[in-house]
Amino acid sequence: MDSTQPISTTAKGPASAAGEIIPPSAAAGVTQATIVKKTAPKSDYKPADVSPQRRVQRSYSVRLWSIRHSRALEWFYARFADMFLMLHPLWKGIGYGRVEAPVKFVEKRVKGLMFDCRMCGQCILSSTGMSCPMNCPKQLRNGPCGGVRANGNCEVEPDMPCVWVKAWEGSRNMVKGDAILAVQKPVDQSLRETSAWLRVTAQAAATREAAKTGASA
Amino acid sequence: MSEQRPIHPDENPEGIHLPLEPLPGHTSRGRLERVLRRGEFAVTTELNPPDSADPEDVYNRAKVFDGWVDAINAVDASGANCHMSSVGICALLTRMGYAPVMQIACRDKNRIAIQGDVLGGAAMGVANILCLTGDGVQAGDQPGAKPVFDLDSMSLLETIRIMRDNGKFLSGRKLTTPPQLFLGAAINPFAPPYDFRPIHLGKKIAAGAQFVQSQYCFDVPMFRTFMQKASDLGFTEKVFILVGVGPLASAKTAKWIRSNVPGIHIPDSVIKRLEGAQDQKKEGKQLCIDIINEVKEIPGVSGVHVMAYRQEEYVAEIVDESGVLKGRRPWKREARADDALVAQRLDHLLNDNITETQVDMVKSAH
Repeated sequence: MDSTQPISTTAKGPASAAGEIIPPSAAAGVTQATIVKKTAPKSDYKPADVSPQRRVQRSYSVRLWSIRHSRALEWFYARFADMFLMLHPLWKGIGYGRVEAPVKFVEKRVKGLMFDCRMCGQCILSSTGMSCPMNCPKQLRNGPCGGVRANGNCEVEPDMPCVWVKAWEGSRNMVKGDAILAVQKPVDQSLRETSAWLRVTAQAAATREAAKTGASA
Repeated sequence: MSEQRPIHPDENPEGIHLPLEPLPGHTSRGRLERVLRRGEFAVTTELNPPDSADPEDVYNRAKVFDGWVDAINAVDASGANCHMSSVGICALLTRMGYAPVMQIACRDKNRIAIQGDVLGGAAMGVANILCLTGDGVQAGDQPGAKPVFDLDSMSLLETIRIMRDNGKFLSGRKLTTPPQLFLGAAINPFAPPYDFRPIHLGKKIAAGAQFVQSQYCFDVPMFRTFMQKASDLGFTEKVFILVGVGPLASAKTAKWIRSNVPGIHIPDSVIKRLEGAQDQKKEGKQLCIDIINEVKEIPGVSGVHVMAYRQEEYVAEIVDESGVLKGRRPWKREARADDALVAQRLDHLLNDNITETQVDMVKSAH
């Protein structure tokens, strides 16, 4: 090899035998990302230019409707949580482990339609103006990043309204909208694809029990 | 000799070579916190990270800031472009006695790696950490990378605060020696939702931010409104705010930045002013100085963060001509706790005869 350019190698030799396309470095006025995209091999199949996360998701119009009606949904959600808590003896009788699969099935579809839920398993919709923060490409749970575009759209997805701009709007309509000020803990990734409804209900039941025993003692 | 030279406030009176003693009410031993808590106008800047494995590149790039800044930000792959890591830059800078601000972006590391880096950085003598979310991978030179975003800037702040104040990892496991750190965060008052931004600052303070550095400020009236709201909410007394400023090389660059770099707001008046100038580069520098002079009068502003990307040589001039230091000379060298140990090792290497054979080593071991 007489070329001075280093060639990436593996134990078996050059990583790719075919002429590798190495993107040139960016000149002033062009981002390296643009060059990388331009030098990528061309083919007839061109996927939509969005992040992989967006590809698994439907259009976000229903999500925006939910945010516009955050006050009504807040009211409904409070009643719904009470109902779930009332059914606690039933869940306990059947066994939380056994009801998890059907409840999760319903929860995933309902919240998926309403909020584009990503099933993180630790729902904080009530603290984020009914705008699911897991739809943010950076999955920020504590507020917007610094890259929000001037028109209020996302820096990663130029056509998508910023999840946190919408969250702020949604929270202003809600009675307990100031819950948006609370600092959220990092996501527990081990709870993904579990039912947040059942977890919240079980926790509420446990605190109710504790309050009862505390009062009687 | 030592009689002639007045002792600098950020110097150990027992001797230059000794690390700074902790002061009451200070959470770090670094001089950035000392300068800010003394009420002096602080100046920080950003080191353009090299794409090389040569430590000289870092030393040379830091040298131009000598005696002009209180701390140097070691950026963590800014704009999602791959460069020398912030931990590596901090290791080199602390070795030379500079005071770095170690930036940690949540884009590339999960909570296990981040907490390890915090301990490692603090052990190297890093006294300041800036917690960032990080740009999305799509903006950088490797858009195919996996975005991590395990923590966000807020939970990162809280995690490090817990490590420092409670002496515990996020898991609750105990640290034998907690890190002594001055915690920072970033703010961007120039991006929507505008009325949420001051409240967001309050959230960052609640999570543990002691100082904040802002995004490039080119729109002073907008910044003034933000500061007014923040001070009405009582946040400006709880945090040191450093305003991000920087020279624009030309009107063309300004236009390019406006349309390509997310989160930077450049008003038309700025571009018009640059376009009308004879020497656009000089005008860009003058504009930066003018902005510094305007923002330093805003109540609640504790310093400036000069980001002169690829124009680092102008930082000294900008700081000098704006006169924000008021004749103060930032202390150049910050001693580390293990400096004596390093000197001893070096002395051993240089002066002792260590050319013993392996057989001798075995003999002397018994």
